[in-house]
Amino acid sequence: MSHPSQSALEHGAAHHGGHDGEHADHGSLRSYLTGFVLAAILTIIPFWLVMGHVIHDTQVTVLVVLGLAAVQIVVHMIYFLHLDTRSENGWNMLAFIFTIVLVVIVLGASVWVMYNENANMMPMSPQYQNHQQGS
Amino acid sequence: MPDRPAIWNFLLGRLSLSSLPLDNMIVIWTFVGVALGGAVVLGAITYYRQWGYLWNEWFTSVDHKKLGVMYMVLGTVMLLRGFADALLMRSQQAVAFGSNMGYLPPHHYDQIFSAHGAIMIFFVAMPYIAGFMNFVMPLQIGARDVAFPFLNNFSFWLTVSGVVLFMTSLFVGDFSHAGWLGMPPVSELRQSPGPGVDYYIWGLQLSGLGTLLTGINFVVTVLKMRAPGMTLMKMPMFTWTTLCTSGLIVVTFPILTATLFLLSLDRYIGTHFFTTGFGGNVMMYVNLIWVWGHPEVYILILPMFGLYSEIVPTFSGKRLFGYSSMVYATASIMLLSYLVWLHHFFTMGSGADVNSFFALTTMMISIPTGVKIFNWLFTMYRGRVHFTVPMLWTMGFLITFPIGGMTGVMLAVAPADFLLHNSLFLVAHFHNVIIGGVVFGVFAGINYWFPKAFGFKLDEFWGKLSFWFWQIGFWVAFSPLYVLGLMGVTRRLSHFTDPSLQIWFIIAAFGAFLILLGILSFVMQIYVSIRRRDELAVGNDPWGARTLEWSTSSPPPPYNFAFIPRVHDRDAWTDMKKHGYQRPLEGFNDIHMPKNSGAGVLLAALGTIFGFAMVWYIWWLAAVSFVALIACAIAHTFNYDRDTHISAQEVARFEQHTGNWEPKAQGATA
Repeated sequence: MSHPSQSALEHGAAHHGGHDGEHADHGSLRSYLTGFVLAAILTIIPFWLVMGHVIHDTQVTVLVVLGLAAVQIVVHMIYFLHLDTRSENGWNMLAFIFTIVLVVIVLGASVWVMYNENANMMPMSPQYQNHQQGS
Repeated sequence: MPDRPAIWNFLLGRLSLSSLPLDNMIVIWTFVGVALGGAVVLGAITYYRQWGYLWNEWFTSVDHKKLGVMYMVLGTVMLLRGFADALLMRSQQAVAFGSNMGYLPPHHYDQIFSAHGAIMIFFVAMPYIAGFMNFVMPLQIGARDVAFPFLNNFSFWLTVSGVVLFMTSLFVGDFSHAGWLGMPPVSELRQSPGPGVDYYIWGLQLSGLGTLLTGINFVVTVLKMRAPGMTLMKMPMFTWTTLCTSGLIVVTFPILTATLFLLSLDRYIGTHFFTTGFGGNVMMYVNLIWVWGHPEVYILILPMFGLYSEIVPTFSGKRLFGYSSMVYATASIMLLSYLVWLHHFFTMGSGADVNSFFALTTMMISIPTGVKIFNWLFTMYRGRVHFTVPMLWTMGFLITFPIGGMTGVMLAVAPADFLLHNSLFLVAHFHNVIIGGVVFGVFAGINYWFPKAFGFKLDEFWGKLSFWFWQIGFWVAFSPLYVLGLMGVTRRLSHFTDPSLQIWFIIAAFGAFLILLGILSFVMQIYVSIRRRDELAVGNDPWGARTLEWSTSSPPPPYNFAFIPRVHDRDAWTDMKKHGYQRPLEGFNDIHMPKNSGAGVLLAALGTIFGFAMVWYIWWLAAVSFVALIACAIAHTFNYDRDTHISAQEVARFEQHTGNWEPKAQGATA
């Protein structure tokens, strides 16, 4: 697998020859360290928020932690997976955006669907169950 | 666990002699038949000393063309198995009325419909489309192989692993009776304590991984390995649909894997993801499985749309009408297919707003699909249409598929779906689109590309016979189901009380018999064609076709193209013919090719053993095979001996002496 057939190489050369950004760059020590420090900070903040009870409202804490997790994903993408708009002639970015759209559709719509179904189809309150048994 | 010394329980898990279905005569006779047939085949291979040939030339091959052919063979074998299930069901339903309980007890009947559905989708339709994509796409884009040739071989053998587990379930233990999607709560441990659902889970996990790897492989191949000059909007339609289908595979198959993994956690370690207690939710499984399941049916149909888009222009002698609208229709179907899954469970109680959203998106899919239908019709309009066998199948599709599509739009009306859900109307609908779309496409494609793969055409007479038996048989078999469904008959029943319904089931069974004749005619067609292969031999371009795969010999050399073609036009081969292309006879270079590898067979075999051990709770074997699997996979990454060269002399010998290449097309009627 690490050796694509010759044709791939030939095509690559013939097709994209001379273009910049054919391959993703492999980063430098500096970029890896930047990523590491950012990731560490973004991990420490949620721990601090939860363990130090900084915000009184749990709901708000959860949202902040989730938001920081999303930022964390972006940091990983940029510094560790070297995602940018130029690599592989933009295909990496396009694939990433496509993935985001689909993940949002699947997660968002599933939450929407399941919320509705719980609301409509799960009338399992104790009173309801008593009523069922009594009748 | 069976009652026996503990050492046996350790060694064999829950497997024992009583796991063999010795009380079921149907299964025993099937086993006898399979064993005799298998012994004849294996004996013949041994007698003619073909094992070395099979191993070296086929099983370990990383050549996309050979893998494509092996996928087609696998699909055909499993078509026979899946169709045998269909015949059992049709004959059971035709007789099981009133006091007659038929010959299949309910537990066996439930396994048969589950196996029929799962096999037809995963091990018939999927291998067939993987076979077409493998064989055709690299040739169409002017490449010498796919991006990851070894991975391609590995994917194929993972699919075979799934097949092996499914077929084993026929004779050792039993199969899932929870429907083709293994719906909880029936598929949970309490309702299905036997090994059936576990066979289903591990079979699909292994083959699903193979499909995912295929998807990744083909996306990369299409994006990175096209011949110079072939921009995205110059790609043949089949390559476009391969790209879109592979994209869908990459984004949806992980959902299937994750869902089945959660189900196996429920079954193996007692979690409660999909039980009704302890915070679990059965409806979440239904939701997740259809998030994968709906795109899956578009994964099946999109390559067929591409295939029809190659066949119609070839046999109409015209360019494809509306190429760019075809591309955009394909892309929008790809995206829309991801937004409709809830229409499979309108009745689960989501409420009006959710249901209307998914009803609307479902109806919207018919727009790009309609665009495609009109494009094919306009391509034929004022063309010189040749009524060859591939074209007959295509025209059968053009008549059958839109009717199935329209009944689909009826089902998309959520209030109507409350009446039609789970009825035989639904069964008729999806067979209408899958047979009318996918199966007809498979036969069209086999007849179309067979000369390319083997250098001779398929016999016309048996091909036409097969087509007419299928076409008529389909309508005789499924029209009654539409009628019954509208009368409210539900699916998956092994017995009926109302005798007035029986006549419809008898008609349907007769239709299934006609389809059987169609399948037998197809087998006969292959046999007769092989016998008459010298008369039926053809050159590189027997149909007067338009895309690059027809520019090389039939069958193509291992390296596909001695010189990578340069593409100037959408119909690259038509363009080359127009400019008087002559095949070069000298100036060849060494060609760098990937080397064959037995690692794919080995890894998949270990995967099969792991799956079998998990099914029967043989923990030591599961652990050993899993560790061996990982170790072999890692060891394989250190194998640097993966390249081979075809020398310029060899290339020259092939190119100068190939008898089956003529610079001129022979015309579609030859």
